[in-house]
Amino acid sequence: MNRILATASAEFAIAFRNRWVLIAVVMMVLFSMVLSAAGSAPSGALGADRLSVTVASLTSLAVYLVPLVALLMSFDAIAGEVERGTLPLLLTYPISRAEVLLGKLMAHLAILSLAVAAGYGVAAVAAIAVDENAASGLPSLWRLMWSSVLLGATFLGVGYAISALSRRPSGAAGLAIGLWLVMIVLFDLGLLAAVVADDGGVFTTQVFPYALLANPADAFRLFNLAASEATAAAAGVSGAATSIPVWQSLTSIVVWPVLALILAVAAFRKVTP
Amino acid sequence: MTPTLTLKQLTKTYAGVRALSEVSLRVAPGERVALLGHNGAGKSTLMKIILGLIPHDGGEVVVTGAAPGSATARGNTAYLPENVAFHPALTGVEQIRYYLSLRGENPSQAMALLERVGLHGAAKRRIGTYSKGMRQRVGLAQALIGKPKLLVLDEPTSGLDPVSRRDFYSLLDGLAADGASILLSSHALTEVEARTDRIVILSKGQLVAEGSLAELRRQAALPVTLHVIARDLAAVQAALPDAVLTDGALVLTCSQEAKLAVLTRITGLGDAVADIEVLPPSLEDMYSHFSRRDGQ
Ligand SMILES: Nc1ncnc2c1ncn2[C@@H]1O[C@H](COP(=O)(O)OP(=O)(O)OP(=O)(O)O)[C@@H](O)[C@H]1O
Ligand SMILES: [Mg+2]
Repeated sequence: MNRILATASAEFAIAFRNRWVLIAVVMMVLFSMVLSAAGSAPSGALGADRLSVTVASLTSLAVYLVPLVALLMSFDAIAGEVERGTLPLLLTYPISRAEVLLGKLMAHLAILSLAVAAGYGVAAVAAIAVDENAASGLPSLWRLMWSSVLLGATFLGVGYAISALSRRPSGAAGLAIGLWLVMIVLFDLGLLAAVVADDGGVFTTQVFPYALLANPADAFRLFNLAASEATAAAAGVSGAATSIPVWQSLTSIVVWPVLALILAVAAFRKVTP
Repeated sequence: MTPTLTLKQLTKTYAGVRALSEVSLRVAPGERVALLGHNGAGKSTLMKIILGLIPHDGGEVVVTGAAPGSATARGNTAYLPENVAFHPALTGVEQIRYYLSLRGENPSQAMALLERVGLHGAAKRRIGTYSKGMRQRVGLAQALIGKPKLLVLDEPTSGLDPVSRRDFYSLLDGLAADGASILLSSHALTEVEARTDRIVILSKGQLVAEGSLAELRRQAALPVTLHVIARDLAAVQAALPDAVLTDGALVLTCSQEAKLAVLTRITGLGDAVADIEVLPPSLEDMYSHFSRRDGQ
């Protein structure tokens, strides 16, 4: 445990000096502020409080931004050590490869939590300032926060795996961006196209819900929107999505970080320094 | 005494390239062993196998009674890689604190360790701003952490200035006196000569010679060179027909055993000889004798 904490504290110092803490926080705060400003049109028509509406739009933002920030922080984790030549020495110390990754994960998750808390906090303050009923949306904001951290953990783990597999930072960066595009953008577009082509057939009823659950970003979106149904309409989530029980999407967002970390450790074990 | 390190018939092949063939070696507690060899001889490969960083294909490796790379072996072994590198964003003291924590030692010793390698002045600066020799010293400092039973040092003095080299070897003397085994590689023959107990020469992945410097000298049986300055050149040349005149001196070589006989013959020439200089085979001669004798 001590070794993991020591690794985390060294990684945090490195991320702080490399301005990753600043970049992550500024990015989340900036986008949240833009969203709050854009969403300031009257929303009383939907009958939801301001904060719940903000949470719905923050969810759509987080689906893109949290995986991106997580991948940007993690792609260098192992490939960078290989390129700098720091890995052989580290691996002769009495620390296991899993512990090295857990230490890095701890530091990166702390940074991500900080960024998420700052960004969502700003949006919450903005919502509460204009609507006194907004406090009733606090539980959904809290849910969004911890599920964002879990989503981040998944993509951090995936990023470490990519980093270990490609062994060169440039290759890892390319793979990370590619993966982000496929999992966050193309996956949904592909599903949408399939659903349209299928026109309510077997795919839409049997495969589509599981395809959504299999993608951690979609599961995250489902979980947050389904859990606050009042705002689901505001985000225009499809009918099929709301039919998926919350426990299923919750399972997906909890299991994914564990899977991603197992994948990362397995990939890291294959690296010969 | 059980050896700290035992290698038996160690063999390693990299995708068709034979890097080590059947190398056997033992290092006892308190012993300082220098590994010499040409570029690509397999020194770094041997060290990485001992540390468990890369697998070997044949033979046996036992490090402090355990398998290389096992938790026990790693706990007992310190390593200084060739071209040691650290994260440029960390300061020297942060880096050493981290390594101390990994070995379960108190991180507050970091400053004292950096002082031992003469780096306390720059300890709070980022490693990215360090010179090569300063980085090497951070590498040395981390190798001193805890009480390692075995130190594996790959070209530890590369990048160090002459004074620091001397300080480094006296650090090693202290560690060896406390019972640590030291295996180091080097290309600097003269410093290895005085400061290690045993020399091992690798050539193309094979162990070609092993022993103290005096033993290796005897084994190599290289000729001795004599420089004779003549007062009466013609007389001396007549007496030593094999000698070649270079830069005003008559140069001749003879085997170790013949040396005394030849000297007697020269001194027998009396006043015709002004001076004699006897040059034993140099370290370089001996080294190239061993590292070439197979094939080259
Ligand atoms: N990862 C690798 N893949 C393939 N061949 C390798 C690898 N590492 C080393 N070799 C080869 O193994 C041989 C021994 O290399 P090694 O690095 O052990 O030499 P060395 O004695 O340390 O040389 P130097 O004095 O230059 O440091 C060389 O022929 C080298 O090309
Ligand atoms: Mg080498």
